[in-house]
Amino acid sequence: MTTETKTPVKKKSRSVGEVLKNMTRHQLFIPVAALVLLVLFNLIADPSFFAVSLKENSLGNPVLSGNIISVLDNASELVLLAIGMTLVTASSGGQDISVGAAMAIAGSVIIRLVCGGRVSVDTMQTSLILAVLAGIGVSMLFGAFNGVLVAYLKIQPMVATLILFTAGRSIAAWINNNQLPIVNDQVFKYAGTFIPGIPIPTPVFITILVILAFWLALKFTNLGLYTQSVGINANASRLNGLDPKMIKLLTYVILGACVAVAGFIRVSRSGSINYSRIAENIEMDAILAVALGGNALGGGKFNIYGSILGAYVIQFLTTTLFKYNVPSTALPAYKAVVIILLVVLSAPVVREKMSHIKKSSKRAKEVA
Amino acid sequence: MPNNIAVDKQGRIKNRASMSDTNLLLTITILVFFALYAFAVFFLGGSFTKPQSFLNILNNNASLIVLSCGMSIVMITGGIDISVGAVTGLVCMCCAVYLEGHGGNLVTALLIGLGVGLAFGIVQGFLVAHLGIQPFIVSLAGMFFAKGMTTIVSKEPVRVTNESFLAIKNIRVTVPGLGAYNSKTGAYIPAYVEIGVLIALAVVVIMFIVLRWTKLGRSFYAVGGNNQSANMLGINVRRTKFLAHVLCGLLAGLGGILYFLHVGSGDVANGAGDEMNAIAASIIGGTLLTGGVGNILGTFFGVLSLNTIKRIVSSMGFDEAWWSNITVAAMICLFLVIQSVVLIRKNKKRV
Repeated sequence: MTTETKTPVKKKSRSVGEVLKNMTRHQLFIPVAALVLLVLFNLIADPSFFAVSLKENSLGNPVLSGNIISVLDNASELVLLAIGMTLVTASSGGQDISVGAAMAIAGSVIIRLVCGGRVSVDTMQTSLILAVLAGIGVSMLFGAFNGVLVAYLKIQPMVATLILFTAGRSIAAWINNNQLPIVNDQVFKYAGTFIPGIPIPTPVFITILVILAFWLALKFTNLGLYTQSVGINANASRLNGLDPKMIKLLTYVILGACVAVAGFIRVSRSGSINYSRIAENIEMDAILAVALGGNALGGGKFNIYGSILGAYVIQFLTTTLFKYNVPSTALPAYKAVVIILLVVLSAPVVREKMSHIKKSSKRAKEVA
Repeated sequence: MPNNIAVDKQGRIKNRASMSDTNLLLTITILVFFALYAFAVFFLGGSFTKPQSFLNILNNNASLIVLSCGMSIVMITGGIDISVGAVTGLVCMCCAVYLEGHGGNLVTALLIGLGVGLAFGIVQGFLVAHLGIQPFIVSLAGMFFAKGMTTIVSKEPVRVTNESFLAIKNIRVTVPGLGAYNSKTGAYIPAYVEIGVLIALAVVVIMFIVLRWTKLGRSFYAVGGNNQSANMLGINVRRTKFLAHVLCGLLAGLGGILYFLHVGSGDVANGAGDEMNAIAASIIGGTLLTGGVGNILGTFFGVLSLNTIKRIVSSMGFDEAWWSNITVAAMICLFLVIQSVVLIRKNKKRV
């Protein structure tokens, strides 16, 4: 997707240093390096981290369990959000901070339809597909609301989405009259847990499907090209016949659809919803995933696979910290240290300084 | 060199225009606040007519006023700091644990509070200004760190019983000429403000003066308006951005202390969401996130408007918590649309 992935055509034999330099320059260097570090740390500290076993769950189905499976499973929502967030970041040069609240809205709509206004149901009142489609529709509408504010009224994305960030969870509570309905129908929980007979968690399949859809869309449509060109220079792309406003709006609507699927997975995991706590702080993780994937938060070029990798790295880190009994409330402090280390290492100023030091040490050697 | 002159000229034109933007948006904000309050007094009456209920808005939001001042300054330079709410909580917790758990004295506790805020400001300012990392990411990490540290310092709420602290906390400054007669006993009850309000008002005045009449304050606007022309004018852009973040961190520390003086305990939930309230207050007050436009006085009225509308909504019978959130969001939306329409029209006229 990016020009950086092109390997140089020159067939000159390159020194190890040059290869290393090219590697560190690659956009995916940071997330891959972080992942390798985490894997190494876990291998050395406790290799049993990677153990995967087949166990029976409470319903008597044999399912895979283990830390790796839990990383793949729990990262699903984050991956979906990171994909949408990457497009939004690329086109508008800003981030949507309302995704967590919008997930609450989408989840609330789905639960409301499935429960039909009752507090607890054993069988779904509306067909699941209809409920999910409605959730996606509502979520896309809210995405369009953000998109209009950003694209047509030219409000900075973070501020524009602050509106939904503030109101979203309240709207979600209002949709269900502030009740906390519970869905006991097992079919509803298939999407968030396991389908009987399949030992792999369903969210993993959903994520793969969505990634596949985006891969196809980026390969066979101009979505990626247009998004990048609008993000790099909106005026120039307008002069070239694109409609930057429409494209920005479109990316927000796409994010809305991703958010709805993520919200559906989240409510499907437990069959219930807690408006103030569902997907709390997930917007921060999603933005972090985009940054970790080597995408400029100021817009322009993007690499969607970097963000996906970034999302898995974040979940890997979370699971690792959980394994070492870090309380979930203290988790943010550790995450913050990792974030700062990563962004400091990838800051252009620091990189320049580091290469400068290398060069001068080389020169010193030559002189000697 | 015609090229240079053009850039200079552009910078100057932009600067002048943004000043009048500042005044326009400020006027709108102040008018809206008075309209809101007048509406409340005439149509809802009740508690709104009492001077004390107005002063209570100040009493409850002294900390938010200080936080919003810091936020506005960073926003004027074109940055953002979303860590202030979490820093407030951390400062409260540190002070409370130091006073209760370690039996420390008050002055040191307050210095610790300011120090924590200052440390956050310095680290974040360095990362933003000197390493060129996006302020959003830096302060996001700062927010995570402060939130996590708060629970590491103490998970349980800490109630402070230190006597000298309680003595300061309970100081009530009566406002001369304001007061109300108790409807039952007929006794005259003078209206009061807490000590935190006086500090907050002092901060507003000082920051207003700094932004309006000092070289540093003017360079905040210059850097936020146009990085490059500020650089050409001989302003040290990095240093200015760094100082803006340090100032914001210091004010977050002070805001934490005021919050602590108001609630008198350390709790994980202290200051939660205040970063968004501070951003909202700044936006309502006419500060633009793109930088270069803003006014501390507007921010002050932004805080007042924000809390007036919250109280109006709750006294109109929409007691549930969600209504207050939805109205605040609607208010931010309204102000954003006003700002954007005003600016778009202005730009068109100029062209």
